[in-house]
Amino acid sequence: MRLVLILALAGMMPDASAEYGDVVLNKLSDANDVRPVIFPHWFHRIRFRCKVCHQELGFEMRAGANQMNMGKIIDGQYCGMCHNGEIAWSVDECHLCHSGKPGLKTGIRGSNQTGGPGRW
Amino acid sequence: MKFKHSLYILPLSLSFALLAAEPSWRTLVEDGLHDPTSPAIGVLQEPASALSLLPPDTTGNQVSWIRALREGYIEPRTNILPETKIEVLDMDIIMEKTGELSLVMFPHKPHTEWLDCANCHDKIFVEKVDANPINMFAILSGEYCGQCHGAVAFPLTECNRCHSVARSSFTGKPGVQPISVSD
Repeated sequence: MRLVLILALAGMMPDASAEYGDVVLNKLSDANDVRPVIFPHWFHRIRFRCKVCHQELGFEMRAGANQMNMGKIIDGQYCGMCHNGEIAWSVDECHLCHSGKPGLKTGIRGSNQTGGPGRW
Repeated sequence: MKFKHSLYILPLSLSFALLAAEPSWRTLVEDGLHDPTSPAIGVLQEPASALSLLPPDTTGNQVSWIRALREGYIEPRTNILPETKIEVLDMDIIMEKTGELSLVMFPHKPHTEWLDCANCHDKIFVEKVDANPINMFAILSGEYCGQCHGAVAFPLTECNRCHSVARSSFTGKPGVQPISVSD
């Protein structure tokens, strides 16, 4: 039992570069010729508790499980609840969120990867 | 001559050892995610500029987020909607089915300081002691605690932070503890 757990832990190689908890969102970006979105958990949790986004804004706690798009965001849903030019920068600052390298795969990065939160 | 060289090497190797122990954060350009040609580089905050000011930890973001919050280094908002009810629950749960490992002490307080009850109950955990077949295989697969621990909360390499109560020293009853010991 212990040996299996140790092997499982050894398999969770942390991504050597990305910051812990960074999320890549690229279900729609590449297909629409914009850079993928890099969402930094560290930046947001300095300013907001988990529950603001994961309860009030309704973000599921699994990367890839949220079906957001720019239409919904402009309508004030998901990121748009704060990124409206009042609480945080507005949606017309496209490049500040869409700042990732083209071709990145959606998922959570920089973490000691388990099979779960990074998989969707 | 040989002696002179060793004079240089000693402080150098010492400083390397110290550097290795100091937390450090990659810049956005080097993180493998951001496009170095993006106009956002130079505008977005760099991790080191924020995280280096917070209480240190050895893992994750190399920040003790619990201390950062409790000691007032950060004041993250609890809500955006005025009608949202804020609840912090001070209740510890001891879980004894941990094989030969130390018992797990789950403290509600640090969790509810960040999260809403509904984030975990009843989607991830049924709100009843012993009603959840939690095990490390499920957690390592991203279920139960593994939904956050290993992704954004401290990673699953930190066994002793959860398995924190020595089996031999615990004389009480498992389950909800009469007095909170988490602080």
